[in-house]
Amino acid sequence: MIAGLFTFNGGVKPDTHKNESAHAPIRPAPIPPRLFVPLRLSARATTRCIVEAGQQVRKGQPIGVPDDPLSTTVHAPTSGTVLGIELHTMAHPSGLKTRCVIIEPDGEDRWIEHPGFDAEHASREATLAWLRDCGVVGLGGATFPSHIKASAAGRIDTLILNGAECEPWITCDDRLMRERAGNILAGAQRLRRLIGASRILIGVEDNKPEAIAALTEAAAGDTAVRVQAVPALYPAGGEKQLIRVLTGIEIPAGKLGGDYGVQCFNVGTAYAVHRAIEHGEPLLSRVVTVTGNVAQPGNYEVLIGTPVDFLLELAAPKTDTQRVLMGGPMMGFALPALDVPVVKASNCLIACSPTLFPPPPPEMNCIRCGACAQACPADLQPFELYWFSRAKNFGKAQEYHLFDCIECGCCAYVCPSHIPLVDYYRFAKSEIWAREREKSAADAARDRFEFRNERQEREKREKAEKLAAKAAATKAKLAEKAAADGTEKTDAPASDDPKRALIAAALERAKQQKTQVEAKNTDALTPAQKAQIAAAEARRAAADTPPAGPDETENP
Amino acid sequence: MLSSPFVRQPASVQQVMLTVLLALLPAVALYVWQFGPGIVLNLAIASASAVAAEAAVLRLRKRPVGLYVTDLSAVVTAWLIALTFPPTLAAWVLILAVVLAIVAVKHLYGGLGQNPFNPAMAAYCLMIVAYPSAMSQWPAAGWIDLGTHLQLIGGASLDAITGATPLDALRTGLRGDAPVETILAGKAFGALGGAGWEWIGLGYLAGGAFLLWRRVITWHLPAAFLGGLVVISGVFWLADSARFASPLFHLASGGTLLAAFFIVTDPVSGATTPRGKLIFAAGIALITYMIRNFGAYPDGIAFAVLLMNLCVPLIDMKTQPPVFGHKGR
Repeated sequence: MIAGLFTFNGGVKPDTHKNESAHAPIRPAPIPPRLFVPLRLSARATTRCIVEAGQQVRKGQPIGVPDDPLSTTVHAPTSGTVLGIELHTMAHPSGLKTRCVIIEPDGEDRWIEHPGFDAEHASREATLAWLRDCGVVGLGGATFPSHIKASAAGRIDTLILNGAECEPWITCDDRLMRERAGNILAGAQRLRRLIGASRILIGVEDNKPEAIAALTEAAAGDTAVRVQAVPALYPAGGEKQLIRVLTGIEIPAGKLGGDYGVQCFNVGTAYAVHRAIEHGEPLLSRVVTVTGNVAQPGNYEVLIGTPVDFLLELAAPKTDTQRVLMGGPMMGFALPALDVPVVKASNCLIACSPTLFPPPPPEMNCIRCGACAQACPADLQPFELYWFSRAKNFGKAQEYHLFDCIECGCCAYVCPSHIPLVDYYRFAKSEIWAREREKSAADAARDRFEFRNERQEREKREKAEKLAAKAAATKAKLAEKAAADGTEKTDAPASDDPKRALIAAALERAKQQKTQVEAKNTDALTPAQKAQIAAAEARRAAADTPPAGPDETENP
Repeated sequence: MLSSPFVRQPASVQQVMLTVLLALLPAVALYVWQFGPGIVLNLAIASASAVAAEAAVLRLRKRPVGLYVTDLSAVVTAWLIALTFPPTLAAWVLILAVVLAIVAVKHLYGGLGQNPFNPAMAAYCLMIVAYPSAMSQWPAAGWIDLGTHLQLIGGASLDAITGATPLDALRTGLRGDAPVETILAGKAFGALGGAGWEWIGLGYLAGGAFLLWRRVITWHLPAAFLGGLVVISGVFWLADSARFASPLFHLASGGTLLAAFFIVTDPVSGATTPRGKLIFAAGIALITYMIRNFGAYPDGIAFAVLLMNLCVPLIDMKTQPPVFGHKGR
């Protein structure tokens, strides 16, 4: 037992298969004949293309600028000609296409001017902006922009470097730690200063003694840095699991490490930070392990945008290779096509043969043995989630914390009934998301509908009011007219009929008032204006006379 | 659909069931040593009927016959029935019980993994209600050769060989107001529990240890069941040791040890959460003790298991363990 370490429940110990590629030093992969650099970095992070077909680009030249707070600058990985900006299949299980800048390298690998970055005199904001402009994102797999993670300063006292690399087969971080421990530490120190942490904890699984030794040696004499071997237990490299093992802090659901005084970066990210700040170099390449059913497993420094099939050829895949996985066998995915480009999240390619990765045995019924619950690092009851997901009882599945599932695959790994449990959770999650989208779409439609009804009602009401007002006005005018006519024609009887006389008197008063009011308007007028108005009145009177007839016929 | 994880532990239902069968072997060996080879024949008869019934139902249900027959779950049910039933019982009762367990208790509810009740215990309850006297005739200690055994399971009744179980004898004795000590001196009783049976109990104990070591079962169920039984029998025994047998007698008698490691540990019909397992097994212990002492049947484990099976959905729902990141809320 290693002193000062904590544990998480569950976890599994699959065959590591690290030996196949762990001995192979990092070698630069050759420049491929074509590069496909995606402009979209994740579902949300998009960039605006700033190059056009036919344009010459240099290595490190920005080709896409962020148009979303979550995105970072995209660069040309080498010098060459932009052939076009086209849709190309992505390294994603969906096999969907996204816009890519297609570059034909000229083979000269000429850099754009990159004088470096004066980190000592730059403000914190400028340094963070520089990281964004260098396209530095988390290389552990989530590709979350590092400048956002590093901006969460304030209450953070511990910077954790994740070098656990708990997935089987993958050795890219292992090699990086062995070969470039000093640079990783330099980048980590930059990050530590950015987030204002006082110490650095580096967690490495204890099956990588060479990496631990290299880091320990590089950190010698620095009391703020501790290199900590953690027991090799998948998924020890899960962010919340590693934080738990190293610090004992269990980050509550829905919270981030930053809320609890810890911030976690992958070792590869720290190395990229070092390249960006010390050398002024944007993130143009990453280390990728190519292993599995290949003659020469290895670790390559690969330009972003390199097609997978080009990279795979370097390791000489054997003929019975059926498909290729990107990422590890526990959480990775089978590539939909082999011409997809390597992206910043691509840590490993595994060629699969039926012998190395036999097809899963037939699925049987769940016997509720609870092996999955014992293996679950999130302390869930996977068989209950399976049951609810299968029955499409999504409310219950959420009640049993479906969304705390990290899809690590431990449950399906141990299941004696060979149930593809994670598939059921993915299904349930996507159904719930779809329903929520549908619901919010329906809510919006209902809101629109209700607003439209309300507007129509209001317009109707307003129209009715307007009409009523107009009708009243017309009535009054008519009455006035009738009264005027009446006083002229029925002068004599008016005195006889007191009612009539009263009305006539009232109308007379109203008429007088009206003429007085009208007169007020012309109080301050010059004689010339008065003459003008009089002329206009006369014209209007002349024009009004003939059409006065129909009005009267309409109102008997 | 091919998605992660792409690797799997070499585990299977068949392996789990095979481990359970292996764990039963020490007890079977001791059974043969104490009572003769008849039990092996019973196990074979039960297994054959179980597999035949399982295959037939699977075919009727249009389910993959080979896949589910070879998972050995039917054989485990058959063995548990053969081991909990009187060995000298007429064979047709045993066959009927096995077929009912497989067809009615297991497959009518959906087959493997779907049955809310423990098939072996449900069969036991059905049979003891239907054939109470036959189900209460147990052989007294002593070797029974194969010929006699064949006669017995053929339907012959040999009173010289069979008799009431120790638990039954104890109850009858107590009804006659005889003190516990006098009754336990009778020939049906051994040093701890029933003569001969206490040895077989040790076999189940060994098998249970094997299952714990192989991680097929967790400690919660046997510990809560045995612990619960010790506590409740201890309370009564301390209160009046003349009228109530000691905890040790209860542990060593009847199907206590078989149940602790092989019956209450059935995952399909039992509670699954750690706390739920403790409640489930302690509940079985409590009901078992009540039936043994105050009920009409010699051993109450089967009824206790079925009653607690009914409570499993509620127990599981109310004992969900805290999820990572939700603790202390």
